Amino acid sequence: MIYLAVLGRVVLGTLGALGRVTIFAFSAIVHIFRPPLYVGQFLTSLVQIGWLSLPVVGLTALFTGGALVMQIYAGGARFNAQAVVPQIVAIGMVRELGPVLVGLMVAARVTAAIAAEIATMKVTEQLDALITLSTDPMRYLTVPRVLAALLVVPLLVAVGDVIGIMGGYIVATGSLGFNPTAYLRNTVDFLEPLDIASSLIKGAAFGMIAAIMGCYFGMNADRGARGVGRATKSAVEAAAVLILAANFVLTALIFAL
Amino acid sequence: MITLTDIHKTFDGKPILRGVNLTLPQGQSTVVIGASGSGKSVLMRSILGLVTPDSGTITHQDAPLNPQAFLNDFGMLFQGAALFDSLPIWQNVAFRLLRQMPKPRARAIALQKLARVGLDADVADRLPATLSGGMQKRAGLARAIATDPSVIFFDEPTTGLDPIMARTINTLIRDIVSETNATTLTITHDMTTVHSIADQVALLDKGKIRWHGTPAQMATATDDKLQAFLFSGS
Ligand SMILES: Nc1ncnc2c1ncn2[C@@H]1O[C@H](COP(=O)(O)OP(=O)(O)O)[C@@H](O)[C@H]1O
Ligand SMILES: [Mg+2]
Repeated sequence: MIYLAVLGRVVLGTLGALGRVTIFAFSAIVHIFRPPLYVGQFLTSLVQIGWLSLPVVGLTALFTGGALVMQIYAGGARFNAQAVVPQIVAIGMVRELGPVLVGLMVAARVTAAIAAEIATMKVTEQLDALITLSTDPMRYLTVPRVLAALLVVPLLVAVGDVIGIMGGYIVATGSLGFNPTAYLRNTVDFLEPLDIASSLIKGAAFGMIAAIMGCYFGMNADRGARGVGRATKSAVEAAAVLILAANFVLTALIFAL
Repeated sequence: MITLTDIHKTFDGKPILRGVNLTLPQGQSTVVIGASGSGKSVLMRSILGLVTPDSGTITHQDAPLNPQAFLNDFGMLFQGAALFDSLPIWQNVAFRLLRQMPKPRARAIALQKLARVGLDADVADRLPATLSGGMQKRAGLARAIATDPSVIFFDEPTTGLDPIMARTINTLIRDIVSETNATTLTITHDMTTVHSIADQVALLDKGKIRWHGTPAQMATATDDKLQAFLFSGS
């Protein structure tokens, strides 16, 4: 019986938390469409989330693209199907690995940074100070970050897709004997607009998830320095899991229906 | 005038405020004293709408206090100054002004307020993290008075400062309070703050206002809790 009670409490607690996150996310999205926008905060967020994430996104995509080519080449060789390597790499990168890897990197970098920054503001009463200065933290802190992530993470995904394909291209032409021109032509001819659209849509969704989780857990941090650490950890966990779950749902919606 | 009537607040089943009645007279300086953890900050935050009381009423000029309207003519010095890390000092001070006027004018007023609290113009473009605790408190004070609000709150203005800096802050607050004729609420457990700024003192104990009166009355009061507080040196 005790186990049931504990289980019940855990389930109820989880549902309650999910409900609060959902309400927060909803409110953040609604606020995006209501002016005014704090332009300075928004521009800073664009730089923080977009520009400064480029190195980690680029390196992640480059190495993954290179490894992907070797795997698919080796697997394809079992069926004498090495010729389709460019096409499979392109699809794997653009539809799946590009958005997921960029999403997870953004969760690690951006969600953590947002959660730690806002949690610190909460712990040091800066959020209260904002409110007493007649400024809504939702509008001043959350909206600029979520909007910036929504706009800039698809671009990061596009960059990741291209660099991932280039990573594959380097390995394929450098050590697997593929013809450079043919490889690129196969890649470009094969990809369809829907593949690219799905990549960008996933990027937008993952960016929003990453920013919203950072803001939510930051704003709800417990008091004290431990509160900042715990908020950051929870935010990154929640963002990573939700990004993977959203990836599953979006893949099903876009390609299976 | 701000009036709190029968304010109750419980956190996680623990009653913190248990029927607080308190009036902040217009243009006067009210100081609430009480042990650490007695609920002074919760009391202050209730007035600002940062904490929602479980029951009780708060009125401002005889109408129910609407936090949004109230905050438009309000300034506050937070315990840790609570300056915004990402903004230079002058933008912290001018935070509200920047929404009301062109940048150069907002900056000019910010510099003037910084001078008023004894900070040179060369701190204006520095980030808060590069200032000492005492300088941050001064900058926080400048932010609190930037718009010449008619209500100002001070949360433990001298806590964490060395005695000399504490005296400086006390003097600044005393002068500003008397210059501006603002209605102020200060929470503290520093008796020098009480003696330098209070028109009225209230002791918060076990969730209620246990004693209140003027500083002069305090000297002759016989309430044992008040005596204990005065002599505990906290
Ligand atoms: N948001 C909150 N959630 C839970 N407990 C709180 C909260 N705010 C204050 N408390 C509790 O209320 C009590 C009084 O706190 P506070 O008003 O900060 O004391 P002080 O008189 O030192 O300012 C403390 O025990 C504190 O833990
Ligand atoms: Mg306090």
